[in-house]
Amino acid sequence: MNYFKKIILIFFYFFLFEAYAQNSNIDLINKISKNIRCLICQGQSVYDSQSDFAISIKVVIQKKLDEGYSENAIYDYLKKKYGQWIVYEPDFNKNTFLLWLLPILIFVIGGILILKKSKIIKL
Amino acid sequence: MKNKILFIFLFTFTFFCFFIFLKGLNNSKIYVPNENSYKEFSSFKAKKLFNNEELNSDSLFDGNKLYLFNIWASWCAPCRDEHDKLMHLSNNSSIKIIGINYRDNLIKAKKFINKFGNPYSEIVIDKDGTIGVSLGAYGIPETYVVDRNKKILKKYLGALDLEDLKEIENLLK
Amino acid sequence: MLFSQIGYYSLFFGLFFSFSLFPIIYKDLKINNNIVSKNIFINVLLQLIFVFNSFVCLIISFVKSDFSNETVYNNSHTTKPLFYKISGAWGNHEGSLLLCLLVLILFIFIFLNISKNQPKKYQIFTLIFQQIIIIGFFLFLLATSNPFNYLFPNPKEGLGLNPILQDPILAIHPPILYLGYIGSSIIFSSSLSAIIQNYVNDVWAKNLKKWVITSWFFLTIGIMLGSIWAYYELGWGGFWFWDPVENISLMPWLCLTALMHSIVVLSKRSILASWTLVLSIGSFILSMCGTFLVRSGILNSVHTFANDPERGIFILFFLFILILVALFIFFVLYKPQKEEKNFFLLSKETSVLINNWFMMYFLSVILIGTIYPIFLEVINNEKISVGPPFYNKLLIPFLVPFFILMSIGPHMQWIKSSFKRINKNLIFLFILSTIFSFLIYNEIKSSGLFTTILIIGVSYLFLVTLRDLFTKNNINLSQRVSHFGFSFLILSIILNGIFSTEITQNMKVGENYKFNNTTIYFEKVSFFEKENYKSVVGTFKIIDNNMKMYLKPELRVFNQPEIITSEADIKVNFFKDNFLVMNIVKGDEFYNVRYQTKPMMLWIWISTIILASGGLINFFVKKKYEK
Repeated sequence: MNYFKKIILIFFYFFLFEAYAQNSNIDLINKISKNIRCLICQGQSVYDSQSDFAISIKVVIQKKLDEGYSENAIYDYLKKKYGQWIVYEPDFNKNTFLLWLLPILIFVIGGILILKKSKIIKL
Repeated sequence: MKNKILFIFLFTFTFFCFFIFLKGLNNSKIYVPNENSYKEFSSFKAKKLFNNEELNSDSLFDGNKLYLFNIWASWCAPCRDEHDKLMHLSNNSSIKIIGINYRDNLIKAKKFINKFGNPYSEIVIDKDGTIGVSLGAYGIPETYVVDRNKKILKKYLGALDLEDLKEIENLLK
Repeated sequence: MLFSQIGYYSLFFGLFFSFSLFPIIYKDLKINNNIVSKNIFINVLLQLIFVFNSFVCLIISFVKSDFSNETVYNNSHTTKPLFYKISGAWGNHEGSLLLCLLVLILFIFIFLNISKNQPKKYQIFTLIFQQIIIIGFFLFLLATSNPFNYLFPNPKEGLGLNPILQDPILAIHPPILYLGYIGSSIIFSSSLSAIIQNYVNDVWAKNLKKWVITSWFFLTIGIMLGSIWAYYELGWGGFWFWDPVENISLMPWLCLTALMHSIVVLSKRSILASWTLVLSIGSFILSMCGTFLVRSGILNSVHTFANDPERGIFILFFLFILILVALFIFFVLYKPQKEEKNFFLLSKETSVLINNWFMMYFLSVILIGTIYPIFLEVINNEKISVGPPFYNKLLIPFLVPFFILMSIGPHMQWIKSSFKRINKNLIFLFILSTIFSFLIYNEIKSSGLFTTILIIGVSYLFLVTLRDLFTKNNINLSQRVSHFGFSFLILSIILNGIFSTEITQNMKVGENYKFNNTTIYFEKVSFFEKENYKSVVGTFKIIDNNMKMYLKPELRVFNQPEIITSEADIKVNFFKDNFLVMNIVKGDEFYNVRYQTKPMMLWIWISTIILASGGLINFFVKKKYEK
């Protein structure tokens, strides 16, 4: 009972968090370029880098935005050209579902173990 | 009993991880373009370097067997190194070489061509680097070998050397 | 050259003393008393002296710019200032390993000296396990990472002049971090020894606690220094990037934090022994995994050392031997004592369990995020990136329940609590934090419901820990200080995340740019010749909400090696940093100018120091009686 409440609360927060992400008033191009890896730098995003590559990508992003591309469409375009590696946020697909779900699974298992440990619940 | 299962599981899992990491160590660390990204060549429109006319890349594809799209710039030292190889290839009538001048000063680019020779049947200007991105490039020099069906056959990162020349000439057969 | 040779041979002597130890140990184990033989002490001391000598010789080689030593050649230069010559000794792969080896031996030496009241065989077995680690490090050093390789002909000048690496914070960040990582080796060795000796109990836990806190303390400060350096030096205005090397330092930290909590439970109530062992072993394994991931070149990051797959294979072997030994000892040799089976839901024990639960979740997110790409690439040949969006999405939602639980947890009684104890003060503070959060909601017009809840959570935690801090006694003082430091840290980070602003614009000299309430005037650019670089300093006048300030970011153009570094100008104020950085846009006369305001930066550092000092207090404050 308590356990289910906890799980529901957690998913509630997840959806709230997504809602938060949508409502945010961040400059869209900055948001996108922070999510794109600069492929010739070591661990910098395209937003932070001043290399030729990064600047070219930023121009492409702006152009696509002007053409009406959505954020996800821009990611798809860049992924088609450079591979999944260029986007910092991993997709949720058959390759990566484990990546997203394993931690959650661990959390749930941990919760079950604790509830077992406190079987005698006295308030 | 439960403990034994856990032990065996963790033991096996450890070995599994060990072999994964061992294999991972031997893999290349440099980003090598994925086989899957050898795709269709995407068309572009750009201005020509010498007369500022607009060019559509589709119009470039005529009866030639191989098309080389070479991304270069006057400020790029390796481009200077590979230039004589491009000159050599330009003598081959089955190969058409198109130059994409990347983020360059137009006057310096023209000087470069005038000084070192023009292996290109056309040179277009990629002032902001977007054509490079549409090809999937991330540095220069890069050379894309495309067939007449607009399929990218091979991509060369860095200056072309004699080995690459041989490969390209072999592709003609 | 001479010193390099002395250093080299000292290493061999040091290794010899590992092996000479075992017959002495064998003899001493047969003697049925309670005192560890003096010969063992002498032997370990000699080992310490020789390895210390070796380390000093390396430093001397650096100071003398002895380029016949390959490590010195690769990492130093005659024109380097003395301070950086010295710190260069440990700022490279080989030297840092030598430092790690030194710390390993130093810590076991200290351990033997302060554990005299503990069972003799337990001490000796801890020494044995530690020596296994030490021998592993010796072999690794001598076989693949010798700091004393000889170069002939002797080069006249060195290669190591990367200006980014010449920074005071970067000089002390590694040693402190290593103290944290290697500190957990004692915890590891001690745990395995305690299992074999059937000594896993509250007494053992009480004594081990100081080692856990020591390791945790240095790791906390080490991570903070790394973030400070990144913020002030890298010029991006951030202090945490979820870069793999950063993650690698955070994982043992989470494990140690969880361990700190569970070891208190073990020492007070004699339960959670198995779990404490898991955490103890895990902390060191995570540290070693980190070493592997960073130095083998398997990960792509800003921080990687010189990559060498051969070294990677060695560490991998060593690491997995350690894991298999630990697994074997834990599952086969461990005979757990009968423990109380269940806890009450409202109790301090359960609160600690819940803390550990969340810590392990955070740890698993970071671990999986860091390692998954490696697995995927090997199995499927797919290369993916796992960056900040992943970590934010999986971690931030769980912070809210964590904060609430962390506010209530410490107030629970041991064994059993009741709701009556949740007194009116806690409820009052909850209302206060809700008000605070709505004030913030008004400041940022477009924040969602979630941000509001997040702020309620963290400000509630902040107020509760603040109030607890003012309780006038010494009971749990170190815990109250650390919890307050932690809540303040998270509050500062969240406020920083919400209220940071940035303006990016390409500007020419003489131009100005206005955005909202901020105007940037690019007044001029000045050129200076310095010793080894050309300096380009931009003068900017910023008018931000009627506050006027001058900021002068700098570009440094180096000849050798040919790079350009960008030095941000940061005005540190009490509640807000003003941050300006400029970069050349190649080929044009434009400069790319980025102006940021970063609130609460100073408090992020201060609160981390408060967090860490809570641990320190543990060593200095005498507890009148335990609660």
